[in-house]
Amino acid sequence: MDGPLLQLRGIGKNFGPVQALDGIDLDIPAGKVTALVGDNGAGKSTLIKTISGIWEPSHGQLAWQGKPVHFRSPRDATDAGIATVYQDLALCDNLDIVENMLLGHEARRHLLLDEVTMEKTARQTLSDLRVTTVRNIRQVVGSLSGGQRQAVAVAKAVMLDAKLVIMDEPTAALGVSQTALVLDLIGRLARRGIAVIVISHNLTDVFQVADRIAVLYLGRLVSVGPAADYDPASAVDLMTTGTSARIQSADLTARTPDSGAEG
Amino acid sequence: MASPDPETGPEPGATTTDTAPQAQEDITAAAASGASAELLANSVGEYLQIWLKRIRSGESGALPVIIGLVVIVIFFQIKSSLFLSAGNLVNLMTQAAFLVTLGMAEIFVLLLGEIDLAAGFTAACGAVIALWLVALNYPWWVAVLACLAATAAYGALQGFIITWLRLPSFVVTLAGYLGLSGALLFLIDSTGKIGVGGVIRLNSNIINDIEGGALSAAASWVVMIVLVALAAVMMFLRDRRRRVNGLVAPPVSITLLKIAAIAVAGVVVVLVGNTNRGTLFLAVRGLPWVVLVVLAVLVIYTTLLGRTRFGRYIYAIGGNAEAARRAGINVSRIKIAAFALCGLTAGITGIIYSSYLGSISSGVNGGQLVLDAVAAAVIGGTSLFGGRGKMLDALLGGLVVGVIANGLQLLGLAAAGQLMWTALVLVAAVTVDALTRRGRNTS
Repeated sequence: MDGPLLQLRGIGKNFGPVQALDGIDLDIPAGKVTALVGDNGAGKSTLIKTISGIWEPSHGQLAWQGKPVHFRSPRDATDAGIATVYQDLALCDNLDIVENMLLGHEARRHLLLDEVTMEKTARQTLSDLRVTTVRNIRQVVGSLSGGQRQAVAVAKAVMLDAKLVIMDEPTAALGVSQTALVLDLIGRLARRGIAVIVISHNLTDVFQVADRIAVLYLGRLVSVGPAADYDPASAVDLMTTGTSARIQSADLTARTPDSGAEG
Repeated sequence: MASPDPETGPEPGATTTDTAPQAQEDITAAAASGASAELLANSVGEYLQIWLKRIRSGESGALPVIIGLVVIVIFFQIKSSLFLSAGNLVNLMTQAAFLVTLGMAEIFVLLLGEIDLAAGFTAACGAVIALWLVALNYPWWVAVLACLAATAAYGALQGFIITWLRLPSFVVTLAGYLGLSGALLFLIDSTGKIGVGGVIRLNSNIINDIEGGALSAAASWVVMIVLVALAAVMMFLRDRRRRVNGLVAPPVSITLLKIAAIAVAGVVVVLVGNTNRGTLFLAVRGLPWVVLVVLAVLVIYTTLLGRTRFGRYIYAIGGNAEAARRAGINVSRIKIAAFALCGLTAGITGIIYSSYLGSISSGVNGGQLVLDAVAAAVIGGTSLFGGRGKMLDALLGGLVVGVIANGLQLLGLAAAGQLMWTALVLVAAVTVDALTRRGRNTS
């Protein structure tokens, strides 16, 4: 078996005296959706910001494709192949879908923008991801629905050859059918061999899409394992108290064997 | 997303069955929003339908300002038969030219959501530098280059202060406005005998000819035909490349219509320019040089904004600076470059303005100039909040402002009336902009 795409070992992060993260050991395998759940203030955002290079960890070590790495800036993480889709999506409403997807990576021909190549690239990526609700990829992003915007943001990440896509609350602002569209898209990313980390408050969504679940509680990783080992009730217990009597197998609350570390 | 979504909380009891009708509704809504964008047009009729749909959904483009311009022109022609005479229309071109270029200067920074209040005095100071050098017997092109270098450097300085110290451009350029109005007096004083009485005369026939000279009638036709042919070839080549690559291109009939419209506009302008506007004894014909200068600047800047990375990044920063930054765009550098281009274009304006006046004086009202230019850009359809607008807006808006000033002058109305009418048109333009934008948000 190949090693995990991303390995976190003993990751900690302090903000002055406040310990936001403490000794996180977590493996992110390729081709799997890992859901990161936890109550407000559990450290989910801090953890993904550490992975995506916004903050350097105070302790611990990241290993990317088996090699130790230090991401000093978001650019480092992006160059390595980590794309983060934040809740605000970072799209320009006044630009069209193609322009947004290729922003910062425009194709050129004789010094001028090569719209034909860019439109073909964007169209190919969208059709690979089966994003079919968008009729015209030259419409401005401001005119799209929430789910379509999310899809554009994800497609933008995928187009840059991301190996790991991190999504922060991708369904928080969406209606039911739009949520279905985005969850479907997340599943398709994983089937393409891309590792996906999803932060979500919505456990219905989590159980629908996640292959693995990692529960954070007060800055510590209290449980990680295959999604099938959890049910919503045990997940809520873990999120709110850090332990769960309902989890049958005892080592789930410690570390599971597939997390790669000795408990 | 108008529909309120039932919050599917962490309760295990939440099932999807009771939300099914809701989901159905959402899917149709999504389909409708996708379809409201343009479908593929295969005929002129279809294209017009899509066009109407876009106007109704708030993508009105240049239509309101063109309609407004036509209404104003008809109004003045009814009031005074002189208005549409060749002489007056050529006058109008020379009067509007420097407003148009200063409007283009502002559009660089307006697209970023910034403003340059100092641009009027930047133009005046640039003109002083140019005319001073000309008076010292430097060749005209040295004078022009020095003027442009100085104004571009000044613009870059403003941009640097704004981005580095993260100060609002309104305040920094307001300080620039005050400082440069002082610098204008200082510069003219420093010229000594050249600027006696606060006026420097323009001693260069070539600069003078920008506004004062004209192409020959034959040359006007040649230039017009070459320009229209170039535009046509480029449009066809672009469409063909899209079709070859399997992308949607506008139908040939639409492209032909567009080219015809450009050709008609060109023919009208040349016909006006070539009509004798002189006296019985001295014929004056031909297109003023300034029309070519403005067109050249317009084409270069439109290409820069629409077809280069730099232009794309200006729109991106104006739309969402944070998204631009995360896409790896060096936001500060683009902003400084935009302010430098604003300064450079103000320098071009200074040259045209001094050519129009035949001199430059300490009495130049740089404040009025810059506010007219911003008004022109906004009337043309450029947003004050950044991200929306194009260089053509300055031409259309500048023509509106120029037509009002020219027409009211023709009717013998004093400055009081001119200013108040311009104010009304400005408010009307912003209202149209706000209403169409509201339409877009609710559609």
